[in-house]
Amino acid sequence: MDVVAFYLFAAVAVVSSLLVVGQRNPMYSVMLLIASFGALAGLYVLLDAPFTAVTQIIIYAGAIMVLFLFVVMLLNVPREEAAVGPVTATLGATGIRIGAVLSAVLAIELVWALSRLAPTRFGDDAEVTGISSVARIGRTLFTEHAFAFEATSILILAAMVGATVLARRER
Amino acid sequence: MTPTIVAHLGLIFVIFNMLVLSAAFMVWLERKVCAYIQDRVGPNRVGFEGALQPFADVIKLMFKEELRPQAADRLLFVIAPIISACAAFAAFSVVPFGTETTLFGLLEDPIPLQVTDVNVAVLVVFAIASMGVYGIVLAGWSSNSKYSLLGGLRSSAQMISYELSYALALAAVIMLAGSLSLREIVMDQDGYWWGVIPRWYIFLQPLGFLIYMIAGVAETNRAPFDFPEAEQELVAGYHTEYSSMSFALFFLAEYVNMVTVSAVAVNLYLGGWLGPFLPDWLQWVYFLAKVFLLLFFYVWMRWTLPRYRYDQLMEFGWKWLLPAAVLNLFATAALVLWLE
Amino acid sequence: MVSLNHYLILSAVLFSIGTAGVFLRRNLITVLLSIEVMLNAVNLTFISVGRYLGTVDGQIIVFFVMTVAAAEAAVGLALVIALFRHRETLNPDAFTSLKW
Repeated sequence: MDVVAFYLFAAVAVVSSLLVVGQRNPMYSVMLLIASFGALAGLYVLLDAPFTAVTQIIIYAGAIMVLFLFVVMLLNVPREEAAVGPVTATLGATGIRIGAVLSAVLAIELVWALSRLAPTRFGDDAEVTGISSVARIGRTLFTEHAFAFEATSILILAAMVGATVLARRER
Repeated sequence: MTPTIVAHLGLIFVIFNMLVLSAAFMVWLERKVCAYIQDRVGPNRVGFEGALQPFADVIKLMFKEELRPQAADRLLFVIAPIISACAAFAAFSVVPFGTETTLFGLLEDPIPLQVTDVNVAVLVVFAIASMGVYGIVLAGWSSNSKYSLLGGLRSSAQMISYELSYALALAAVIMLAGSLSLREIVMDQDGYWWGVIPRWYIFLQPLGFLIYMIAGVAETNRAPFDFPEAEQELVAGYHTEYSSMSFALFFLAEYVNMVTVSAVAVNLYLGGWLGPFLPDWLQWVYFLAKVFLLLFFYVWMRWTLPRYRYDQLMEFGWKWLLPAAVLNLFATAALVLWLE
Repeated sequence: MVSLNHYLILSAVLFSIGTAGVFLRRNLITVLLSIEVMLNAVNLTFISVGRYLGTVDGQIIVFFVMTVAAAEAAVGLALVIALFRHRETLNPDAFTSLKW
């Protein structure tokens, strides 16, 4: 059952990411990215991290993507024209040869690495699966990583101020 | 197909129908209460006291022509009401409304009266509610009409602004209960103080309850925060160009959202299904009564209070409600520390 | 049986899709979206390895990555708005005034 769920979510994530990158309408890209985030949230639930899954939906799909959507709507972003000329025209002949050699090296390396994969299984005991309790995350976050937490709050403040100043209309 | 699976499927069926019927009931309640507030009688032709009026409305809507503006983005125009309705129904799936029951001994293990029992239920409700923004934004954009676009933008800005206060009110309740599961929050409100006052969180958190209800009303785009769909201002806001079943889906989504917000408020602040005198397997009656009370307040507010202007609405959300929610959180933290 | 390798391979695939998007797309907003795809792939790696090692640190790092991604998306979009006001286009090839 878990295997079916994993492949389902993985397929949705990969296909929607491909379409985000591949198709031309920016509005559809944003909606497809939201679908990808949903699939990843499902994968997090499979990995015993329900809090992170819900946080992903709230922050990424619920807030950041709304920001993207607003910008796309307000700028009335047009459908993108095709890339200027084929990419190979800018590379030149030697560039294509070097690129072909590098791609072949990468392909051989990938095949070699994948053939030497050892199966690694997830632990099953309650000690491991109980790690996703929100209380434990909270405790670790506010004790061991308290400095990073406070620094993140200053980062968000800086981002808010920066975004407001940058997007202001000049008077 | 073990009996447990059949029981779960049956429960899902019952809950779904309950939500749809409650939306129909809300249509009737709204028109009757509106009528009596305005010193008239309201629908009284169809069925006893107009009780079948919602069904007549649905049949009328089903037979209307399905229009679509020519320059509308076809895919997004069709998907927007679907997203709204799906988010509204999905948010109710983690709300419990009764104790565990064995259906009079037919099952070996008791099943809880909710669709699923996740231990981050409060956050799931919040997450799915924040997905409901997309239905409105996409409806506004894809209709390719200036009223729709303005209504969609304003409505989504309003919803994401009030989500912050909503989340802070939730955080205060989570601090009191020590758990994110709605069932555990309700069970924490069991018992009485001095034998007579029930241990509901509304007595510990009056400001929190007020903040939650105000943010909930703003989240569901109901008066006095319904500027984005005000008839006098924006024709009909983001659902101007919709007709027939798409329009019905938006309406369904709005009423089911109201029911969900009221149900979560009852679970968080009013003790859920707990109450005196009734046996365990009938306590969902208390839940229905409390939700009905909150829904009546919703309708009462709509026909009594004037509408907020859009900038007044945003100012209220950011300058008054958010600081109040933060203060409430501090006060609750102090209370929790003091009580330990 | 789904092992750690499955998740790592999926994460690598998503990361490479995101990288391809950053290199090949001629629209600033789609470039930002591809960056978000890459960040998500990294999040998946963190969570799956955290689950494999049995600690909660993976989820904590993901918490911080999400926050940083939110801040970066906000500032990036503000920059896109400012750029659009100048040139009326979102094609990165139009912003070449610093080229020598």
